[in-house]
Amino acid sequence: MPQPLLDVADLSVRFDTDDGMIHAVDKMSFTLGAGEVLGIVGESGCGKSVTCMSLVKLLPETAVIEGRALFEGRDLLAMSSRDLRRVRGRQISFVFQEPMTSLNPVFTVGRQIGEVLQRHLGLSRVEARARSIELLDLVRIPAADRRLDEYPHQLSGGMRQRVMIAMALACDPKVLVADEPTTALDVTIQAGILDLMRDIRERLGTAIILITHNLGVVADIADRVLVMYAGRKAEESPVDDLFAHPQHPYTLGLLGAIPRPYEGDDTRRRLQEIPGRVPSLRELPQACAFAERCRRATELCRTEIPELHEVRPAHRVACFHPGENAAV
Amino acid sequence: MSANGGPVLEVDGLVKHFPVGGVLAGRRGVVHAVDGVSFTLGRGEILGLVGESGSGKSTVANCVLRLTEPTGGTIRVNGTDVTHLSRRQMRPLRRELHMVFQDPYSSLNPRMTVGDIVGEPVRLHGIAKGRALDARVEAIIDTVGLRAELRYRYPHELSGGQRQRVGLARSLVLRPSVLVADEPVSALDVSVQASILNLLRDLQRDMGFSCLFITHDLATVEFLCDRVAVMYLGQIVELASRTELFRSPQHPYTQALLSAALVPDPTVQRTRRRIVLDGDIPSPLTPPSGCRFHTRCPLHEQSAPASDEEVPALREFSRGHLVACHLVAPGRPAPRLVEDAADIVSAEKG
Repeated sequence: MPQPLLDVADLSVRFDTDDGMIHAVDKMSFTLGAGEVLGIVGESGCGKSVTCMSLVKLLPETAVIEGRALFEGRDLLAMSSRDLRRVRGRQISFVFQEPMTSLNPVFTVGRQIGEVLQRHLGLSRVEARARSIELLDLVRIPAADRRLDEYPHQLSGGMRQRVMIAMALACDPKVLVADEPTTALDVTIQAGILDLMRDIRERLGTAIILITHNLGVVADIADRVLVMYAGRKAEESPVDDLFAHPQHPYTLGLLGAIPRPYEGDDTRRRLQEIPGRVPSLRELPQACAFAERCRRATELCRTEIPELHEVRPAHRVACFHPGENAAV
Repeated sequence: MSANGGPVLEVDGLVKHFPVGGVLAGRRGVVHAVDGVSFTLGRGEILGLVGESGSGKSTVANCVLRLTEPTGGTIRVNGTDVTHLSRRQMRPLRRELHMVFQDPYSSLNPRMTVGDIVGEPVRLHGIAKGRALDARVEAIIDTVGLRAELRYRYPHELSGGQRQRVGLARSLVLRPSVLVADEPVSALDVSVQASILNLLRDLQRDMGFSCLFITHDLATVEFLCDRVAVMYLGQIVELASRTELFRSPQHPYTQALLSAALVPDPTVQRTRRRIVLDGDIPSPLTPPSGCRFHTRCPLHEQSAPASDEEVPALREFSRGHLVACHLVAPGRPAPRLVEDAADIVSAEKG
């Protein structure tokens, strides 16, 4: 097996707040292969965004980060901020959820893309402009040379997200981290952005980490999926196997909770509910974090942290009682 | 008043225009937020109003509740024309119409306890006080599945799902005949969404209210609604029963919308063909002439020139299935943009 592009091991992130320590991520390990699309799924507060932001120190000072994150053999977490600047935005770049707030409203689109090119690649203004046009073409924005002189408010939501992606791709990064890239967009626009990301992966070979709460998005584009719960990895699997043979009760709960189109007629089934709520991240339970809400939970689940183990080929789950049948 | 057998809510030719611009902006314009929307809401029915941002679905809701003044058309609640009633005249009718808002964080007063929030409509309408009020509040809090002790808590102590239950309790405490729900679950996590949707369905079954359910999410609509109206740029383009709409969508926009919805199943999702619409939704300041969808319609070649000039009427395609498209006539379906939804069902089942 070739060496992965990104190899994260035992990543923990804590925030020192006035109310005490918040354990946002607890001993996460994962890898990302070149050109792979990895979906990270979970509900709000599960640590999916923090995991990715911690890799390139996009977190506030109060964050305490531990662990190791090898990117092409070099540990990102041990890098000086100077070295990290060369990686961040250039080799690993980000697209965020809110295309409305991630662009600076007082500069033209061309200037904002150009800034990335001038900073990171040392292009001249003229070169940067030419390259910006190429980039806007790449993300399929029509009339690119005219769009460059427009301000963000003149663009629609879908267009802004395309501009964000163009900026992220400016330095031809190896990894694109897309944090809920389609959540703020309409259904028909969302489809276009997903197609674009697929296209980019195919044409440029960019590896993509896709952070989302939407299992439909994952089903559409991810190769592999990682399900997070309360700062820990609950399950990890190739995408087909996860949907066909979900193992962790939490994954099963998530899948059962989504109303699905084309379910057929009047059976009018109920959606599955997951009782209870996410545990506080103040103290990490020395037990399965999901045990309080899980029907399968036994004494063992309440006293020990389940280790991740392989139950099917490349399909790992952190649960003492995995299985695809019983309901949560 | 609500004893007659007709629809609880009749909206006819509803128009809402917002003037924009001013002295400083220089030019003036009119946002055509809602342009000639008609529908009825039957007793005990859940009608889904689906559309993307800017389609005018929330404006329709606000007009129905008289939170904004309609520019034209009529709104009848239980047969009474409420279109231009004054605030004072509206007041008694407010018992019949209640709303659940999208954001359970900003729609509850942070300085009031849950019990006070839920009891407020009862107090304001002078329906009960003292013990009777307490009893009502207690009952409805139980009905929406909240623990009794939560009534002494403040909103900030509750989770998103619990807050939305409080919102539901507040809107249902007077047992209104119409509940307007504007994206009530879109701010919630998936697992919490599920419990609120289940609850809404149970409550509707037990209490029998009618519901105008506004959303952008087709899967939610299919789970909850009896009938569905699809809106595009201020107009209804298609209106049909849930089964009919999902089985045989006619309007090219509806077809595109259904094809773009993501199915949480990789084998199905990756074999589906989806229609990606060109361009963006046009500005409601200057809506396109003729059919408003013609600028993005994949079938434009076939519908032109009629669709460029003439506004297609919303007319019956089959019984109870209304479509506003030049390519659709009674018994003549629109060309399929992708294979039928029925095929997708069989693919999923198989």
